[in-house]
Amino acid sequence: MSWFSNFLTSSIGRKMVMSLTGIFLILFLVVHLIGNLQLLYDDGGEKFNLYANFMTTNPLIKTTSYLLYAFILIHAVQGWLLWRKNRQARGPQGYAVKTTKTVGTNSFAANNMGWLGTIIFLFLAIHLYQFWLQMKLGNLPMANYDGQEVKDLYAIVSVAYENVGFVIFYVVSMIVIGFHLIHGFQSAFQTLGINHSKYTPFIKGVGKIYAILVPLGFAIIPVYMYLFH
Amino acid sequence: MKLTLKIWRQKSPKDKGRFETYKVEASPHMSFLEMLDVLNEELISKKEEPVTFEHDCREGICGTCGLVINGQPHGPNKGTATCQLHMRFYKDGDIIVIEPYRASAFPVLKDLAVDRSAFDRIIQAGGYISVSTGAPQDGNAIPIEKDQAAKSFDAAACIGCGACVAACPNASAMLFVSAKVSHLALLPQGKVEAQRRAQAMVRQMDEEGFGMCSNVTACEVECPKEISVTNIARLNREYLSASLGSEV
Amino acid sequence: MNVKGNQSVESFHRRLGKIMWDYCGMSRNADSMKKYRKMIQELREEFYKDVFIPGSMNDYNPELEKAQRVADFFELGELMVVDALDRNESCGGHFREEYQSEEGEALRNDEDYAYVSAWEYKGWDQDPVLHKEELIFENIELKTRSYK
Repeated sequence: MSWFSNFLTSSIGRKMVMSLTGIFLILFLVVHLIGNLQLLYDDGGEKFNLYANFMTTNPLIKTTSYLLYAFILIHAVQGWLLWRKNRQARGPQGYAVKTTKTVGTNSFAANNMGWLGTIIFLFLAIHLYQFWLQMKLGNLPMANYDGQEVKDLYAIVSVAYENVGFVIFYVVSMIVIGFHLIHGFQSAFQTLGINHSKYTPFIKGVGKIYAILVPLGFAIIPVYMYLFH
Repeated sequence: MKLTLKIWRQKSPKDKGRFETYKVEASPHMSFLEMLDVLNEELISKKEEPVTFEHDCREGICGTCGLVINGQPHGPNKGTATCQLHMRFYKDGDIIVIEPYRASAFPVLKDLAVDRSAFDRIIQAGGYISVSTGAPQDGNAIPIEKDQAAKSFDAAACIGCGACVAACPNASAMLFVSAKVSHLALLPQGKVEAQRRAQAMVRQMDEEGFGMCSNVTACEVECPKEISVTNIARLNREYLSASLGSEV
Repeated sequence: MNVKGNQSVESFHRRLGKIMWDYCGMSRNADSMKKYRKMIQELREEFYKDVFIPGSMNDYNPELEKAQRVADFFELGELMVVDALDRNESCGGHFREEYQSEEGEALRNDEDYAYVSAWEYKGWDQDPVLHKEELIFENIELKTRSYK
């Protein structure tokens, strides 16, 4: 099995791990967004709370969630390790005149994935503390829908988004995610070797749309809840 | 035109090195390296040490020259090596900062000359085809699809100058290694050892201490032969399939 | 290296090149080449008396590398004129003004000069010794090509 560890510890293998965990996270975000858009329903939180209950009790979802936690950690930790290794590869003396151009327009995102990712990680720490941890271990009020008693996560979310500070924090974090994705989406495919003149422009196009729409979708939720509740 | 040059001077690999400022008078007809020759003759006439920099063909084809000029390897022009940069692109009063390639895998030898033998070791690890060189075959004996041949030719244009490493924020050698691997992997003669080659060259590249590719694509922008990052995707595929499926 | 003179390697290279271009270029004649040989020898002596090579012998020193090449060029340049003087015909890239046809084309002398000249180095102040490698054509008849 040493061929496998040789592969995973090679430069290309390590980047492929980043790519695969990144793609998993990209898929996760879509599911997470669709679920959370239910917060926009004007029903006192019934749809959202039932959904949250489903997500925390269904065995298939729970198994996938463990994979998610693992992949977040792998993506972040491997990312930091590679960031460090790459800085060492650059050497102790930097250039006096700094320019880094790219083919295409995502020069800022491409060159700052490490910082963007770190900010996202900090966002995640707060986000998970605020909602996920409360859901798992906190004392949440209960809600009753047709005899089914579930935790009222909606109430927690509403309260959080009454605070304009948090709303701004979320919107800014979504912008950061947008930048991270605008490079990461197509980069993940390139790293896996999925590149062909027939479909790479399509992948890049989908990536751009995704990187704008998904964070935008997430950002709408706190803004809407702040403005209209 | 009167120019101010800020040039990196370093006596030896162990010397810390520093920038020195020089003033030089150049004509727009000169090439960049000719301008440095003029500077060097002035320094020698003052019994000072001239600036060491590498060059050979001065034609843009050998891959020896390589200076980072105002932050760009090989200067501002697309698809142009340092030796083909001419002073007509500069004007009187310009300040030009000249640095060597910066990468742990390319230690500075002296002034602007760096040690690029890491590239040689990567090629030695597998950048070749093992064939018995008897009488040459008829050129059309082995059929090859025209686009394959064209892609291989484009990849073969790599002159091994190392500008890709210099341009990359991670000092990655992926564009170079992928060009060399692609050039051979696309040809029937190269397919025989393709898996062995991809693994061996990547292993050597990692040992030399180059960084990892984040698909920033600065390499393609600065490459004097305009090698494309599609070669990097190809190397990723070759390496993955070799790692998973090779016999050894 | 110990000369520590005043003139750069490059300046010697240029002067040597100018002499070669003027007197041993595409078109050559015996008188100017005898003069040229003397000029080369004098310039070479000046080189060894007055060249300045900066830096040290034990470092990476491109000026020293250049100086070694130019030192070789002196010997090679002188050899070229010795060879050109010896070959009293016009043949290929060697055009002797004294040996041309009425139309100004190269005039070969295959009877006397169908050989490759290999020169043995005997030292700076000695003439090199000629070793002839005769060219014997068995199946081909030597002809003259017309460039008109």
